[in-house]
Amino acid sequence: MSLVNILIQTIFSQNFIFMRFLGLCPFFGLTNDMDSSIGMGGAVTFVTVMASVVSYFVYYFVLIPFGVEYLQTIAFILTIAVFVQLVEIYLKKMIPNLYKVMGIYLPLITTNCMILGVTLINIQEGYSLLETIFFAFGSSVGFTLAMVLMTAVRIRMGDSNIPAFFKGAPIVFIAASFIAIAFMGLQGLGG
Amino acid sequence: MKSNFKNLLTKGLIKENPVFVLMLGLCSVLAVSVSVVNALGMTLAFTFVTILSEITISILRKWIPKSLRIPIFIVVIASFVTILQFLLQAYLPSLNKALGIFIPLIVVNCIIIGRIESFASKKPVFESILDGLGISLGYGIAIVCIAIVREILGNGTILGFPILGSSYEPALMFILPPGAFLVIGIEIGIMNHITKKASRKGVAR
Repeated sequence: MSLVNILIQTIFSQNFIFMRFLGLCPFFGLTNDMDSSIGMGGAVTFVTVMASVVSYFVYYFVLIPFGVEYLQTIAFILTIAVFVQLVEIYLKKMIPNLYKVMGIYLPLITTNCMILGVTLINIQEGYSLLETIFFAFGSSVGFTLAMVLMTAVRIRMGDSNIPAFFKGAPIVFIAASFIAIAFMGLQGLGG
Repeated sequence: MKSNFKNLLTKGLIKENPVFVLMLGLCSVLAVSVSVVNALGMTLAFTFVTILSEITISILRKWIPKSLRIPIFIVVIASFVTILQFLLQAYLPSLNKALGIFIPLIVVNCIIIGRIESFASKKPVFESILDGLGISLGYGIAIVCIAIVREILGNGTILGFPILGSSYEPALMFILPPGAFLVIGIEIGIMNHITKKASRKGVAR
């Protein structure tokens, strides 16, 4: 599969949130205002790409030579946890301003199922290192796009009069359903 | 004491339902609820991991240092998920294939980490088992409720048996992702409506 196709697929036609149902916790929990959804998107992009690269090396240069491929789930979640910790320490020391903005989201990222999902799919599909990077980047861009779209919808919804039955969580899910229908229209894009 | 045990078992069903009320672990719920069989399989897998990890953490709770607890929880959960993967591959390969990536993703299911952090790491073994059972029941009820609606409307069947007759044209949308969001949205709405009505009655009394 060409790299451009991977990008288009992961951002639009196979969008991780609307089509694959991964990473829904921040999608419903953190889409109240634009700043936090973009901040979360940026943090997730960074961690996903880095964790995918590291887990690629862990899988092909540690797990396979030792014949313990079945440990991949444990190895990857530890990789992600260690990586999130490192990012946190680095940002705290070197870029305190960015740390202040991203700080609260960082621990949440460890249990974002999209990241573990991306690393596992990379191995499942047998992607090369370059494809891995593109897949990870595309899926996090797709995640950020979904976050921003949902935030915009929720901000507009704040001004409208919603029937009492749908107030709160139900209307958010139903809005997500309609956005997902729009994304269905992009099915088949990118091969 | 007995009512306390009963409370542990039943609180996950409605009052603290992990999916409909706390809205945790949504990824697997929405993705797997395409058919009732998958939903039941996922519930079994979830129950296995939840109860065994709660027991393990509850036994080890006195020796786990506070600052290292989250990594230890994750490693314990991940070990049981790996065991589960082996068992499924050996005995239920078709279910393993249907659930796919959502089996390894039980590791990052927020419900399990949440229960361990707030319950099993503080309470004795027996209560932890009850808590694990209760929370798994709540999870199972939620996922099966969604799956029943999706399978009937989207496929005209339940557990694979056609029930709506051959004249029914399946609404494909309910099998596809948008249907999942729609069904869970409406079911949470119904749930809120019922609990609100019940609490209003309680106030009036």
